[in-house]
Amino acid sequence: MAYSNKVIDHYENPRNVGSMPKDDVNVGTGLVGAPECGDVMKLQVKVNPLTGIIDDAKFKTFGCGSAIASSSLATEWLKGKTVDEALAIKNTDIVEELALPPVKIHCSVLAEDAIKAAINDYKKKQAADQPAAGAAAQPTA
Amino acid sequence: MAIKLPIYMDYHATTPADPRVVEAMLPYFTEHFGNAASRNHPFGWEAEEAVDKARKQVADLIGANAKEIVFTSGATESNNLAIKGVAEMYREKGNHIITAVTEHKAIIDTCKRLEKEGYRVTYLPVQKDGLVNLDELKAAISDETILISIMTANNEIGVIQPIAEIGAIAKEKGILFHTDAVQAAGKIPFDVNALKVDIVSITAHKMYGPKGVGALYVRRRNPRVLLSAQIDGGGHERGMRSGTLNVTGIVGMGKAAEIAKAEMADETKRLSALRDRLNDRLHKGLDEIFINGSVEHRLPHSLNISFAYVEGESLLMGINDVAVSSGSACTSASLEPSYVLKALGAGDDLAHSSIRFGLGRWSTEEEVDYVADKLVSVVTRLREMSPLYELAKEGVDLSTMQWEAH
Ligand SMILES: Cc1ncc(COP(=O)(O)O)c(C=O)c1O
Ligand code: FES
Repeated sequence: MAYSNKVIDHYENPRNVGSMPKDDVNVGTGLVGAPECGDVMKLQVKVNPLTGIIDDAKFKTFGCGSAIASSSLATEWLKGKTVDEALAIKNTDIVEELALPPVKIHCSVLAEDAIKAAINDYKKKQAADQPAAGAAAQPTA
Repeated sequence: MAIKLPIYMDYHATTPADPRVVEAMLPYFTEHFGNAASRNHPFGWEAEEAVDKARKQVADLIGANAKEIVFTSGATESNNLAIKGVAEMYREKGNHIITAVTEHKAIIDTCKRLEKEGYRVTYLPVQKDGLVNLDELKAAISDETILISIMTANNEIGVIQPIAEIGAIAKEKGILFHTDAVQAAGKIPFDVNALKVDIVSITAHKMYGPKGVGALYVRRRNPRVLLSAQIDGGGHERGMRSGTLNVTGIVGMGKAAEIAKAEMADETKRLSALRDRLNDRLHKGLDEIFINGSVEHRLPHSLNISFAYVEGESLLMGINDVAVSSGSACTSASLEPSYVLKALGAGDDLAHSSIRFGLGRWSTEEEVDYVADKLVSVVTRLREMSPLYELAKEGVDLSTMQWEAH
């Protein structure tokens, strides 16, 4: 398997590896994949409650080099985005940026799924945290 | 001494030809180029003499008689000839074949084809250590059983099956016994009479000979095995395998067999010491690594290890200056986790993170140390990046977790 230079760079120097506290209301955690499929991705976002902007993103990935690169790239892209902008990230953007071959497209899909799962988790927590605000606080839900 | 990169540690896949083998072969390309079947001139006689010598060298390696050796294009052909040849020839006696799930594809796929043609095949499971259970073998035997085919040593995990015991069972029941001895021949002592095997497949390129040449041992006495030819033509090789003989290749295979026999004891000592050194260094540097397959019944140059919580393809990427094989890559990509490791009952997650190390004639201590140290550092780095390692360290039992399918 020949890897693009960008995949190799992310593999060798992964950005934002790590974990943030799962129970922090401002942190959303997505855990997707399954060990028996050979890939598990954990992606976390931390949203600034004042600005609604993603301040920090972290990942941990069990998977091939392309899966590691996809999640590493995703964390880079997430920082500085709003929650809704984050949801607009498409796996095809990742495929293009990393020049992934067809057999590796699903690695990027996994990254997109992880972003969505992390954002959904964040939204769920926010909703649970502000019961008084009710459905009105959640126009996007 | 500086080591040369990349390092080859995939001697189960193939081996480089020994320079002594190449030297023996060279004259047969140019000077002695005759067709071994040409009976009426010296060019043919020279070629035939060279083939006869090689036949003896190969026979000597496995304790056979030269007349019992049929040269082929390699072990894939040998396996096909053995199984289809017996199946066709003994069809009236029965239609049942017994083999094992961990056999090479050249056996499994041949058996699958026979199933389509109306034969019944039992694929014995293996135990956790990779070995077949002799009671299960006995239980699988029926009046219809005409052939048992169990490999001597496995190409992925290096475990050695109880061939002598299986041979005794087959003999007692009057069933022919074939073994794919590709990985064992020239590496461990192998004697067709001591082991009571009737048909044996071997190939030159796994024992420092050239690619594209192999042999099938076919017993001539007690019992006399008959095979239905799979390639029709000029009736070469006692009618069992037509086609002008690959004289150069056969000469190479003979020389390779001779060297393997002469050097086996020393080579085994040297390589098992290197293999143990590799294993010790990995175990010192890392926790949660597991040897796949029996440690006791194992080829001396062979090691297959699962590195828990890291994925095989990313692991290989981190050691890209080392040539090894991995039974891995996720199920979504084209590669499947190894069916051999799955057959051992290793969880799929462990099958995804295995590496097969194959040492050989030119492996050195420096190479072993380099590979071990590199693996320790890459596995450590990947584990820091692994959500599974993190969960496991938090005390989560991964096997009970609910994973969302994707
Ligand atoms: C156990 C086993 N059987 C058969 C074969 C096939 O041999 P050949 O490459 O000579 O066709 C191999 C090698 O790939 C092998 O490892
Ligand atoms: S995660 Fe399946 S090949 Fe990349």
